[in-house]
Amino acid sequence: MADTRGVGRQSRVADIDGADRQSRVADIDGVDRQSRVADIDGVDRQSKVADIDGAGGPGLVGDSSRALASDSSRTYPLASDSWRTYRMVAGMWIRSTMTYRSSFALTLFSSFCVTFFDFVVILLMFGQVEGLGGFSFAEVAFLYGTTGTSFGLADLTMGSLQRMGRRVRDGSLDTFLMRPAPLLAQVAADKFALRRFGRVAQGLLVLVWALVLLDVAWTPVKVLLLPMMLVCGAVIFAAVMVLGASALFWMQDAAEVTSSFTYGGNTLLQYPPTIFAQELVRGVVYVVPLAFVNWLPALYVLGRPAPAGVPGWVAFASPLVALVCCGVAGIAWRAGIRSYRSTGS
Amino acid sequence: MSFIELESLEKTFTIRRKEGLLKRSKREVRAVDGISFGVERGEMVGYIGPNGAGKSTTIKMLTGILTPSGGRLRVAGIDPSPSSRLRSGRGGPNRERTRLAQRIGVVFGQRTTLWWDLPLKDSYGLMHRMYRIPDARYRENLDRCVELLDLGELLDVPVRQLSLGQRMRGDIAAALLHDPEVLYLDEPTIGLDVVSKARVREFLRELNASQGTTVLLTTHDLTDIEQLCSRVMVIDHGKLMYDGKLAGLHAVGESERLLVVDLERELPPIEDVPGARFVRAEGPRQYLAFPASSSAAPLVAAVAAAYPLVDLSVREPDIEAVIAKMYGGTREERRESLM
Amino acid sequence: MRTRLYATVAAGGFRRHATYRVATAAGVFTNTVFGLILSYTYIALWDERPQLGGYSMDDALAYVWIGQALITVCGLMGGGFEEELIERIRTGDIAVDLYRPADLQAWWFSANLGRSAYQLLGRGVVPMAVGALVFDFTLPAGPGTWLAFLVAVALGSTVSFAIWYLVAMSAFWLLDGQGVVQVAWLGGLFFSGMLLPLNVFPGALGELARVLPWASMLQVPADVYLGKYAGGWQLAGAYAFQGCWALVLLGAGRAAQAAATRKVVVQGG
Repeated sequence: MADTRGVGRQSRVADIDGADRQSRVADIDGVDRQSRVADIDGVDRQSKVADIDGAGGPGLVGDSSRALASDSSRTYPLASDSWRTYRMVAGMWIRSTMTYRSSFALTLFSSFCVTFFDFVVILLMFGQVEGLGGFSFAEVAFLYGTTGTSFGLADLTMGSLQRMGRRVRDGSLDTFLMRPAPLLAQVAADKFALRRFGRVAQGLLVLVWALVLLDVAWTPVKVLLLPMMLVCGAVIFAAVMVLGASALFWMQDAAEVTSSFTYGGNTLLQYPPTIFAQELVRGVVYVVPLAFVNWLPALYVLGRPAPAGVPGWVAFASPLVALVCCGVAGIAWRAGIRSYRSTGS
Repeated sequence: MSFIELESLEKTFTIRRKEGLLKRSKREVRAVDGISFGVERGEMVGYIGPNGAGKSTTIKMLTGILTPSGGRLRVAGIDPSPSSRLRSGRGGPNRERTRLAQRIGVVFGQRTTLWWDLPLKDSYGLMHRMYRIPDARYRENLDRCVELLDLGELLDVPVRQLSLGQRMRGDIAAALLHDPEVLYLDEPTIGLDVVSKARVREFLRELNASQGTTVLLTTHDLTDIEQLCSRVMVIDHGKLMYDGKLAGLHAVGESERLLVVDLERELPPIEDVPGARFVRAEGPRQYLAFPASSSAAPLVAAVAAAYPLVDLSVREPDIEAVIAKMYGGTREERRESLM
Repeated sequence: MRTRLYATVAAGGFRRHATYRVATAAGVFTNTVFGLILSYTYIALWDERPQLGGYSMDDALAYVWIGQALITVCGLMGGGFEEELIERIRTGDIAVDLYRPADLQAWWFSANLGRSAYQLLGRGVVPMAVGALVFDFTLPAGPGTWLAFLVAVALGSTVSFAIWYLVAMSAFWLLDGQGVVQVAWLGGLFFSGMLLPLNVFPGALGELARVLPWASMLQVPADVYLGKYAGGWQLAGAYAFQGCWALVLLGAGRAAQAAATRKVVVQGG
């Protein structure tokens, strides 16, 4: 029993002493402890069978048989390998969570409530007014439901990335790098929290409500646009999360900046673009393309004009924007790992 | 070519230190400064040095976590650094890392890779799938580890309920399920009780003998080295200071052990026993230093013959002390480190 | 003697958080972004309903930025220390703290005081200044009002500490304190006025929200800032409201601590 507590104490000290450790970056031991890394996984998709490298000598035969036994000589496509890794790690975390069932129920409930509070604000507002920025309650609920669902999906799958800073700082990222599995998948699935599904559920609920209330002339294009914006929105948010996590390789304490784009972006997109300053709207169209999550396609669905100075076809540009975001995030992630791996952090 | 081979390996870190409110100074630190050595397949090597000497930086390069700033590195024929892609013309750095990961096992004494809230066997199940270990091979390895590390009754116990010693055994097993050819152990006995330490050491000896696993061990516990390693490497300030047999290290370091003598009463310093040097006295307790390479028995006999003894004990020099003695420590510092 | 000890602890709390410079900068950035977004939603709302809840639009905008400035100071979204305290209780390290020649609650209060002071300077001032530059919101009538505001903030911060300390104490009895933390977090978020000013809450919900302790943490300081308490007596009433909650909750924390201490002693740590 005494031993177990000892373990807990060690791991606790590691967390709490974060501050001290940081301030001592100067000493070389600190450097050692903080230096770790890897590379974006499976950049190469060549599935050609690797030869057993020229270790040569008498050990070769035993060596190759063992290596083959552990299947190390095959490579796997990045996407499927990542998905496989993600499922395995997330599965372990789900099982861990389930050892505290009552606590899980409570946190699931509170996750649902927290997101619901966002909506309560809108309900309270509409208790006082008929419309916001010329948008009716149903229209605002539609905006809320779409961004809420997209953000919820991204948060469910990638939300752990913002906590990567601690892994970097306390050195536990090392363990991930020593495993034969894609790093991004391991980090994204780390501390996977099923309770975050509460956010998705709540977003969908409001979306369904909005669809019931909305008075929209549905065309096939609009019907198709709806699932497209949910998926692309989730991808754009996820890309922003990966981008933010990449920055953590350089600055482990900057995680909060990402939340101004993710959580902040989600809050922004719940409201009609008409209430915001034009510069802000243009910023989320051209600089951080969050407007493609729901605003631009939603304006089309609601039969409203695109924001001033923005061409009409952007309503359909979300998949392209999502793709570009992924590209940028991928490059940033690789750069982060490379810098980290060569400098330590 | 050796199984693990380092050639003038270097790692330089750039440290930015705050000086005042806005001023920053940059400083280069050579954590590893031109280390070369080779380890043959099946060797068991102790890799020791004071904190901040560059041990863990070296290990991180050997495991492919850090990229060397200079020099060459090969483990089991694999060069894990990203620049190897350019040299070999095939495969990316990530694939090299993954390939290397399949062939090495790593155990950190102060950090567990086991799932805290889940039964021990669940963590092994994850290793099974993550390392894509064939079922039969996995069964065989798990059974062997369970038997030798006595894990049978622990498999269904959540890791958080294990004692430190049990957890360490669990961690070692987790690192071995995929048949690594090299095992890196970082302080594997730290914080363990005597029985657990002995069990871990016995297992490592057995592993090395039966599987031919190459083992590289960093530790502060000289007994680990004494009982396991035929060869020891000492690193300090990023440089390899010694590479050879442990006994030789004692000779080079002229290290001393301490004989703690409890007399019946306070007596003048014992200075007439040959081969021993009086260090200090605390009331009836006296401390005598003698060369680590010589046996304590004749000394004890001599003291017992001439003085009224109540009790005595021998204190082994720790590695820090040996190293301090080897390199630059003044006599005073050495004496203190022996205390 | 004791006072000096606690002053040292408070200074330590201040310095410890001052080392997180990047985190502070990141936090300031986030608070500013959220302040901007919320400001526009409030403008839209007050455009439709001027004088909603007795606030002018300038008042409402000031409220937004006061909220952003006080998030960490008054623990509106988590007290900032309870996680560490709970962890110490869970691992048993708390036994060490209990044997210290200092009162556990006073010790943590002092450390939290240092933290709050740093957060006020490090994370409170800049977003307020940015907000004041971008939006022409209400500023206090004079130095007296600023002073009164600071007193209200100090009291609000004390109430926040008392609540989170009480939450942390629950870890002595519950294996996994996360549930209680979550509930407290929700309560704070909703009833502090972080989402919308409490005077905009409708009917009975609003009345309830305005007498709960969380009202001390943002609503009362903001109203003091905006000069909504006319005259000394009304201001004294507001302080008394905060002070009473602080005393009640600190007292409850002490009672829980005493019970927990007995429990620890009985169980031998």
